[in-house]
Amino acid sequence: MENLIIIKPQKRFSLQDLKEIWIYKELLYFFTWRDLKVRYKQTAIGVLWAIFRPFITMIIFSVFFGGLMKVPSDNIPYPIFVYVGLLFWQLFSASLSESSNSLVSSRAIFTKIYFPRLILPISSIIPHFVDFLIASIILIGMMFYYHFIPGLIGLLILPILILITLTMSCGLGIFLSAINVKYRDVPHILPFLIQTLMFVTPVIYPTSILQKYSWIMAINPMTGVIQTARAAILGTSSINWFLLLISGLICLTVLIFGIIYFKKTEKHFADLV
Amino acid sequence: MSVVEIKNISKKYRIMRQKERYGTLRDTLINITKNPFRFFKNTILGNNTREEFWALKNINLDIKKGEAIGIIGANGAGKSTFLKIISRITFPTTGEIKIRGRVASLLEIGTGFHPELTGYENIFLNGAIMGMTKKEIKAKLNDIIKFAGIEKFIDTPVKRYSSGMYIRLAFSVAAHMEPDILIVDEVLAVGDVSFQKKCLGKMNEVAKKQGRTVLFVSHNMAAIQNLCERCILLENGMIKKRGKTDEIISYYLSQTNGNTTIGEYKHSKNDFLANDFVELISVKLTDQNGDISADFGSTEDIYMLIEYKIKKELSTLVIDADIKNEDGLTIFHSTDNDDGKLAGEKRVPGTYISRCQIPKSLLNTGKYFVGVGGGIPKIEQFFHAKNILSFNLRSTGGPTSVDSPRSGVVCPELKWETTLKMI
Repeated sequence: MENLIIIKPQKRFSLQDLKEIWIYKELLYFFTWRDLKVRYKQTAIGVLWAIFRPFITMIIFSVFFGGLMKVPSDNIPYPIFVYVGLLFWQLFSASLSESSNSLVSSRAIFTKIYFPRLILPISSIIPHFVDFLIASIILIGMMFYYHFIPGLIGLLILPILILITLTMSCGLGIFLSAINVKYRDVPHILPFLIQTLMFVTPVIYPTSILQKYSWIMAINPMTGVIQTARAAILGTSSINWFLLLISGLICLTVLIFGIIYFKKTEKHFADLV
Repeated sequence: MSVVEIKNISKKYRIMRQKERYGTLRDTLINITKNPFRFFKNTILGNNTREEFWALKNINLDIKKGEAIGIIGANGAGKSTFLKIISRITFPTTGEIKIRGRVASLLEIGTGFHPELTGYENIFLNGAIMGMTKKEIKAKLNDIIKFAGIEKFIDTPVKRYSSGMYIRLAFSVAAHMEPDILIVDEVLAVGDVSFQKKCLGKMNEVAKKQGRTVLFVSHNMAAIQNLCERCILLENGMIKKRGKTDEIISYYLSQTNGNTTIGEYKHSKNDFLANDFVELISVKLTDQNGDISADFGSTEDIYMLIEYKIKKELSTLVIDADIKNEDGLTIFHSTDNDDGKLAGEKRVPGTYISRCQIPKSLLNTGKYFVGVGGGIPKIEQFFHAKNILSFNLRSTGGPTSVDSPRSGVVCPELKWETTLKMI
């Protein structure tokens, strides 16, 4: 028959899993659609929240870091310099914390019905991508205000940067969501982890201040993403393709490791959650 | 050809691990430092057997296409674990299951309903979670809404629905899936009687008319009997018995008389019913062959045997019995002196048995409770034991019916004569 299901005790990651996610792509779509629909329901300003959060943060950072502390910004006006960083950083941090919590928060669903569990952490990052697109409107406005015209390569490279950011948060999110099923320490550690990571990522400062130690930062894929974004949009420096390649490889490794760990522990999810 | 092949399925839970389900990293670290040897022994070599619990053991079952199988058993027998494994929610510890075809499991209805979304939106979301495609849902949308009867409220968020509307919508989505294999847990226990009837009717249609394979868990014996031709009885994680539904249900009901309310009631001495004159010994329900039972057919007589001991000579002792239905309504109250023969009669000390025949084709189908009493009318009540026994009456013919239950507390077969009066 066309549809044979085999249930066995052990289940490891196989290409079959990816195929299955493809079969369930509509569910992926519906989960994303639900999150988008429900997100700003019963809020007074609705979707404007997607703009307000990075915008207010940008103003506060500009006043304190740019204005009072005089953090260098590679001769770029600090507000637009920090906004580029914040935009990518918030895409990363918001989707990471959402997907880390995705299994636990959807336990009522996945303890009652079968679907590929990987869909949960994956689908929870997509709404943040939509937020990212909405918040980008402010960036476009700022680019007009400060007269920045990005080059063609700069525009073409943006999708790659978004992809790296999403892959990184997805991989880490898949890994943490699986841990969260057993150890509920994750939601306690995560805000702390995200805050620490932000300080070792050049969000509020340029990589140039690290001088000869900047290579250590390359381990963090978000460094590559934000540095390249600034180079592409603001022309702070030329694009460092090698750094970008390292970022890409690291986030792929994290994703693969995350999926393998997830599949390895998956069989206990319904019993432990 | 079997659609579902279940081979040697077992499921083990570690009870210690269950307790630690909210274990924190800190606890684990403390355990390592406290007793590193035991920690590594436990995590690497596995916990010792005393902490293991087998929820299911060596389950083998073949289900053919179009078959409807009922699964019964006491709470904790492993029914839910079994369904969870077939539904792929949890994995078995050993064994293998092969399933051919599309599976829909209804361990709950309305899974994934979001309170903020409208009825219309939730149909799509819930349908997708249950594995329907957008196209399929669109094609059945009108049927789903109509079956649920919520046309007016389709654009209202479901958080504003009454619980009845919510359940109706949820069941309606589930009912319109077209799986090859349908797995249903006790979902029919929700909702009012008319809703349950509607659900059963729909399930019946799915199982019998559309010829789909159904696995059905329920505590409602009538529903199981109605729907399934074969049945398995689970006990302590193992298949205790399998076969025709009738036989399995009778066996199951007769087995459960470990608790005194089924089949036979034995009176214990240190009871508040104790007195100097009359003492109740036991109450039994038997069929015409004298076999104790708690499950009778509507076309067989039921005998109630009340055994008691008279300690001191007395006159005019009357033994009485009443039968109540599940709603607590008394169906009748009868005494052994209804014909007046025992009035004023002297009773010498000794052990007596009063036998009462409840005639066939009198009661309607359902569950009944028996109470007995004994005393001198209007003077003294020696014992009165309420609801000490229960029995089940199922349709085996006569005016009662499996498919469309008669209304009314009793269902007697009455004499009818029809004559032609004029043309």
